[in-house]
Amino acid sequence: MDLSFVVNQVLTGLAGASSLFLVASGLTLIFGVSRIVNFAHGSLFMLGAYAAVTIYGPVVAALGPAIGPWFAMLCAALAVGLVGVAIEVLILRRLYHAPHMLQILATFGIVLIMQDAVVLIWGYDQIVGPRIPGLRGAVTIFGLRFPQYELFMLFAGPAVFVGLWLLLHRTRWGTLVRAATRDREMADILGVDQAKLFTSVFFLGAALAGLAGGLQLPREPANIYLDVRVILEAFVVTVIGGLGSIGGALLASILIGLLQAFGILIFPKSTLVLVFAVMAIVLMFRPWGLLGRPEPQTTSDLAETKAAPPDRPYAAHLVVAVLAVLMVLPLFAPDYIVKLSTQAIIFGLLAFSLNFIVATGGILSFGHAAFFGIGAYTAAIAVKNYGVPAGAALLAAPLIAGVVALGVGWFIVRRTGIYLAMLTLAFAQIVWSVAFQWVELTGGDNGIVGVWMPGWASATGAYYYLTLAVCGTAIAVIWRAVFSPFGYTLRAGRDSALRCDAIGIDLRRHRVLAFALAGTAAGLAGSSFMFLKGGVDPSLLSMDISADALIMSLIGGVQTVVGPLVGAAAFTFLKAYIMPLTDQWRLVLGVIIIVLVLAFPRGIVGFVNARDWFSRTVTRSPIPAVEERTA
Amino acid sequence: MSALLEVTGLAKSFGGVRAVRDVSFSLNRAEMLAIIGPNGAGKSTCFNMVGGQIRPGAGSIMLEGENIAGLMPRQIWRRGVGRTFQISATFMSMTVRENVQMALMSHHGRIRALLPLANRLYAEEAVAILERIGLADRRDQMCGVLAYGDLKRVELAVAIAHRPKLLLMDEPTAGMSPSEREALMQLTASIVREEGMAVLFTEHDMDVVFAHAAHIVVMNRGAVVTVGTPAEVRDNSEVKRIYLGGTLEAAH
Repeated sequence: MDLSFVVNQVLTGLAGASSLFLVASGLTLIFGVSRIVNFAHGSLFMLGAYAAVTIYGPVVAALGPAIGPWFAMLCAALAVGLVGVAIEVLILRRLYHAPHMLQILATFGIVLIMQDAVVLIWGYDQIVGPRIPGLRGAVTIFGLRFPQYELFMLFAGPAVFVGLWLLLHRTRWGTLVRAATRDREMADILGVDQAKLFTSVFFLGAALAGLAGGLQLPREPANIYLDVRVILEAFVVTVIGGLGSIGGALLASILIGLLQAFGILIFPKSTLVLVFAVMAIVLMFRPWGLLGRPEPQTTSDLAETKAAPPDRPYAAHLVVAVLAVLMVLPLFAPDYIVKLSTQAIIFGLLAFSLNFIVATGGILSFGHAAFFGIGAYTAAIAVKNYGVPAGAALLAAPLIAGVVALGVGWFIVRRTGIYLAMLTLAFAQIVWSVAFQWVELTGGDNGIVGVWMPGWASATGAYYYLTLAVCGTAIAVIWRAVFSPFGYTLRAGRDSALRCDAIGIDLRRHRVLAFALAGTAAGLAGSSFMFLKGGVDPSLLSMDISADALIMSLIGGVQTVVGPLVGAAAFTFLKAYIMPLTDQWRLVLGVIIIVLVLAFPRGIVGFVNARDWFSRTVTRSPIPAVEERTA
Repeated sequence: MSALLEVTGLAKSFGGVRAVRDVSFSLNRAEMLAIIGPNGAGKSTCFNMVGGQIRPGAGSIMLEGENIAGLMPRQIWRRGVGRTFQISATFMSMTVRENVQMALMSHHGRIRALLPLANRLYAEEAVAILERIGLADRRDQMCGVLAYGDLKRVELAVAIAHRPKLLLMDEPTAGMSPSEREALMQLTASIVREEGMAVLFTEHDMDVVFAHAAHIVVMNRGAVVTVGTPAEVRDNSEVKRIYLGGTLEAAH
């Protein structure tokens, strides 16, 4: 590797870092004041790219090639800033005191809506962006040609950093932002008009994302995959840098930019794995990121710890009635319904196991799909490559998922709240990229197909009963666990880690065990799903599956025991019946999520419970439950 | 008989600030010892070092001849030390009885059991403890809705559930009315008498301290000013000058 090549790679890395910083600085700024991790930040970037490419032609025609391109990008950034304001005012403002899970889901709902909105407006095809006049050529550095535009980008990031620094340290507005970032309650006491401050921060953060999107155009076309890619990179950068720290975002951008530039030479296939691995290592030694501060106990954290008690075990006759219907279902229902029901039971287990750690344990995982996918892939590979009998694969695959969960859990359960959600998401993305890129083992994008149960068990009805028995047993075990000493201890840890420690409970070990139990259950759901569909592909490991599982809990009622099961059934059937009617399923789902989060955060079961219709069977304390305050 | 708790040369710095330096005192079985001092004197830091919440910078904390300095809180609890917190730390989503049951489940080593129903385990034992504390009528209320004084009593119930040899109480009566204070301390004193449990406590209310403590450790600026019986402390001129000023005279 000669020097000129190294210099060239460094410059390439730094140019990439600039772009990363533009996105990440907005994300971290918004997190700093609002404590909300905005999943829609990548969508704002994508929107910026589309907006800029749309107005570029007319603006350049009107203003000429010297000013036109920059004016177009600026206008696009401002427009995206306004979209950010709309998001803040209409949705997020109502969620500042809500639990992290609801905040994350709401912003994820925005991601879904924006994805379909972009497709509706601009279509599926990518739009190739313009090359900026005057920056189309290349300069020669140490004998190697380096594009002028990359050189320009290299300076854009530091320029924005200096601008932000001056804004934050030399203006009254900046002082308020820093005060709110440091201590929200203190800023409140000092008489800061929070609403205005937050809205302006959202405007700035969104505009920065929009600007980054516009500036990306000469490098790559506007396309509908930008949002997820960008948000994942921005998450990594902000987490490594320390959520809320602009300087940390710059440092981490440079680190990741260089890592990508050189990593691609060492591991051409898996820079993503490298990037996430670095993130994991940094967080092990600096839990709050390079320049982050330990998160003070914020109001939203308290809201989570004050979550309602689980509902009492439902009247036995209700459970028996539901079971009875499920037992006879294949006798009268058409095959299609039986298949859907099988799927609903499988997703019921997935959502139920996730809710066990999220609601009972306060372990907010955004990567449950990892264990679902590991279960599915393990079963498929075992049958296909090693000739393991299908039944054995179905039951053994979850154990592999559980062992992986045990190892992963050991690293991550020390973290809480938003950092834990980020780490689980990062882990799931690593597994996803492994499945995607290890083609020899996993079949890559195509996955593995044609893996079925043998003979009798592959029939729709038979597999339904098999699933009901196997997944139903797992659900029963976790259900019992919620009310067992194990579940109570887990809940105790969520309520007060301090108190747990003072009555002799090794909370970390307990949380790891719970994480492993949930991972095993998710693995069983995964292997069951694999045999239902007859194969696997990387989409089983995607963020969408993790989000779906959380959404099912949300629909049914997060703070109830049966909620996830009811939610999984409702979600599965809703999706099956709405999807054929529209091309915009994501839009519909996004709207459903946001309406639920804003208007019915307690979900179906929570809603039913609150009516006290089961007053005979559900014993409640005469005093309003704590959930009133959570809602 | 040797002392139950023997603290020697305890010290802790935060950054460059020496929050606690060279603190020594001892505590016998069935005795109540108070640590007093103005705000910032280092009482809570000392307290949290004995409880394991803060790792000591130097010094030893001998509990029945074993040095517990630097152990985790849960290990210290296993050796028979219970505690209450200044800002009460209870399980908000559970009932009063379930809070005590949690402590009992941990005491009996059952926290990982998956089959039994938790709220049936040790229920009678928990109710017996609550009756003793005078909270039996509140046993089915959620901790999240309890009044402040009641929460303090839940803390006490949880702390004594595993029959500790030593009970640490950090500002046990803060936020209580005078009559509630007296009742809680009477209750604590009766447990001390009946079970031979020792109590180490910090307290702002001098009436409570002088009425119940057998010995008092007076701290100021991270160091021990004096250790003695209430009468000795009351007559100590340095204590009067540095810390109590005229308030003690006014109170008595």
